[in-house]
Amino acid sequence: MSTRDWLLDDSPATLTQANLGRAWRMSTALLRNPLAVAGLLIVLLLLATALFAPWIAPESPVGQNLQARLLPPSAEHWMGTDELGRDIFSRVVYGSRITLLIVALVAVISAPLGLIIGAVAGYFGGWVDRILMGVTDIFLSLPKLILALAFVAALGPGIENAIIAIAITAWPAYARIARAETLTFRNSEYIQAVRLVGGSHARIIFRHVLPLCTSSMIVRVTLDMAGIILTAAGLGFLGLGAQPPLPEWGAMISRGRTFILDQWWVATMPGFAIILVSLGFCFLGDGLRDVLDPKQGGGK
Amino acid sequence: MATDATMAVRAGRSAKGVGGFVVVTALTFLGLLAITFFIGRVVPIDPVLSVVGDRATQAQYDAARVAMGLDRPLIIQFFDYVWSVMQGDLGTSISTNRPVADDLLRVFPATLEMATLGILIGVALGVPAGVWAATRRGEWVDQVMRVFALLGYSVPAFWLGLVGLAFFYAGLGWVAGPGRLDIFYEGLVPARTNVMLIDAALAGDWDVFRNALAHLVLPASILGFFSLAFIARMTRSFMLDQLGQEFITTARVKGVPEWRVIWVHGFKPIRVPLITVIGLSYAALLEGSVMIETVFSWPGIGNYLTTALLNADMNAVLGATLVIGAVFILINKISDVLYRVLDPRSKG
Repeated sequence: MSTRDWLLDDSPATLTQANLGRAWRMSTALLRNPLAVAGLLIVLLLLATALFAPWIAPESPVGQNLQARLLPPSAEHWMGTDELGRDIFSRVVYGSRITLLIVALVAVISAPLGLIIGAVAGYFGGWVDRILMGVTDIFLSLPKLILALAFVAALGPGIENAIIAIAITAWPAYARIARAETLTFRNSEYIQAVRLVGGSHARIIFRHVLPLCTSSMIVRVTLDMAGIILTAAGLGFLGLGAQPPLPEWGAMISRGRTFILDQWWVATMPGFAIILVSLGFCFLGDGLRDVLDPKQGGGK
Repeated sequence: MATDATMAVRAGRSAKGVGGFVVVTALTFLGLLAITFFIGRVVPIDPVLSVVGDRATQAQYDAARVAMGLDRPLIIQFFDYVWSVMQGDLGTSISTNRPVADDLLRVFPATLEMATLGILIGVALGVPAGVWAATRRGEWVDQVMRVFALLGYSVPAFWLGLVGLAFFYAGLGWVAGPGRLDIFYEGLVPARTNVMLIDAALAGDWDVFRNALAHLVLPASILGFFSLAFIARMTRSFMLDQLGQEFITTARVKGVPEWRVIWVHGFKPIRVPLITVIGLSYAALLEGSVMIETVFSWPGIGNYLTTALLNADMNAVLGATLVIGAVFILINKISDVLYRVLDPRSKG
C-alpha cells in the first residue's frame, strides 16, 4: 500500500491516520485552487520577509543619508529613498515585521475572546445568551474604524494601543460565528454523553465545543486579515499607530504625503506592499472557505 | 456596561412592528452612548486631562473636574451624560472653542455631499457590472470583476486618494485639488444648505457649481469605487441565485428575449435585497470618508474627527464618533425596515 492510499483509506485504523488523511485531502483541494495558491505564496513571502529581513534588506531601515535624499527608484535603490535618505525598499522589508506583529496579536487577542463569548452564550442559552449577544450586537452595529479611532484617542497613540483598539472592534464577528456553531451541536448526543459521564461545563466548552468551531473561525480570521491590515495602516497614516522612526507602512505613506506631487514613490511604494499582503490574505481566505466550509459556497 | 439596555435589546427584538423597531433602535443608541461614555470617562487614565488638554492650568483643571462631576458614582455620571446628549449638548471643543454640536452641524453637509455622490456612482456602475458578471459566469468579465471586488477589500482608501491626486490632479490636470472650492470662488454663494452643489445651483452661479464639482468628483469616485466593489459582488451573487431558478428556464424555453429574462424575470426579484446592500454601503461610505476627507482636506466630519484626534480634543472626538455611529445605526435600521415593507413575503 502506498502512502497515498494509506492517507486516502476510507476506513482509517487509527486516529492519526484519519487526521493525516483529512489534512491531505484538504491540502490537495487547496492546492488545486490557483487563487488560493497565490494567496498562500504571498502569505509565505510575508513570513519569510519578516523572518529574514536583515538579510534581504540592503540597508538599515533607520540609517539616514542626507546626501541621498528623495532619489527616484533606481538599480541601487529599488523603491527610491525618502526625505531622510533612507532606502524605502529596506524600510518596506522591515515593515513586514510590524504588519505581521499587528495581525498576529489582533488575531490572538480577538479570536479566542470572541470564541469564548460566543460558545458560552450558545452553550448556556437563556439570560447569559441574551446579555452577551446584546453587547455583541451593539458592537457589531457600530462602524469599526471610528470605534478604533475613538479608543486610540482615549488610550493614546502607539502600536500597542492600536493593537488593543483593533482587537476590541474585531471580536464581535467571531462571537456570532462561535454562537451559531455551538447552537448546532449543543444538544447532539456526544455532548450529552460527556455531560452524563460528569464532564463540567468548562470541560465541555473547552474540550468539546471550541475545537469544533475552529475551522470556520480560521476561515473568518483569514478573511478579516485584510481589514485588520488596512485599519492598522489607517491608524499609522493618521499618526495614531506605530510611531516614527518605526517603518510601519501606513506611517510611511503619511510621511510621503508631503512629496506626493513631485516624489510620488515615497508614498506609493509602501502602499503596494499593503495591497499585496491584503490581497494575499483575501485569496487565501477565499480558498480556505471553499475547502473547510463548503456549505458557504464561495464559488457563487 | 449597559446590561439593562442590552437585555432589553433582545426583548425588543421579539416585539413586532414599528414599536419594536423604535425600542430596538433606541436601545442600540443607548448602547452607543454607553460605549462613548466608557471611552471618554473610563478608558483614559485621567479623563479631565483628556478633556482640557495638557496645556491647561491647575485652576482650569479643577474647574473641569467639578464641571464633569467626576466625584460622583459612575452610573450617575452616565445618566447625566445621556441627559445632556439628548438636549444636544456634546460639550465644548478645546480647539475651536465652540460647542461640538454646532461644529458638527456645520461640517456634516460636506460629508453628506461627498458620500451621496459616492453611493450614486457605486450604484450606477456596480449594479449593471454585477448583472453583467452573473450572465457571463466564469468568463473574463467575471474574473475581472472578482479581482476588482477583492481589490476593494485590499486597497487603503487614503493611499488611493493620494495616488489619485498625483495622477489626475498633478499629472493630468483633469480635476481640481484638495478642498471644496478654489480660493477665489469661496464665499461667492450664500451658504443655505452647506451642500456646495445645491447652494451654487440655488444662487444660479454655474461657475461655482463647476468648480465645486471639479473638486468633488475625485474623492467621490474613490468612495464610489469601494461601494462599487461590494455592490457588484452582491448583485452578482443575488443574480446567480435567480438565474438558476426554474422559472428562468421556463421563460427561456417560452422564447422570452434574453434581455427580458435578465432584467425583468431575473432582476426584479433582487431589487429588495439590493436596497439593504446599498443601505449598508452608504453607511460604510460615511465611515470611509474619514480617511478620504483627511487626504483631500475636505472640511467634513471625518476631517473634523481626525483634527480633533491629533489635538487630543476628546469632546470633539466623542461627539463626532457619536454622530457617525448614530447615522450608521439609523441607515442600517431604515434599510432593514424598507426591506420588510417592500418584501411581499414578510407581510401577513
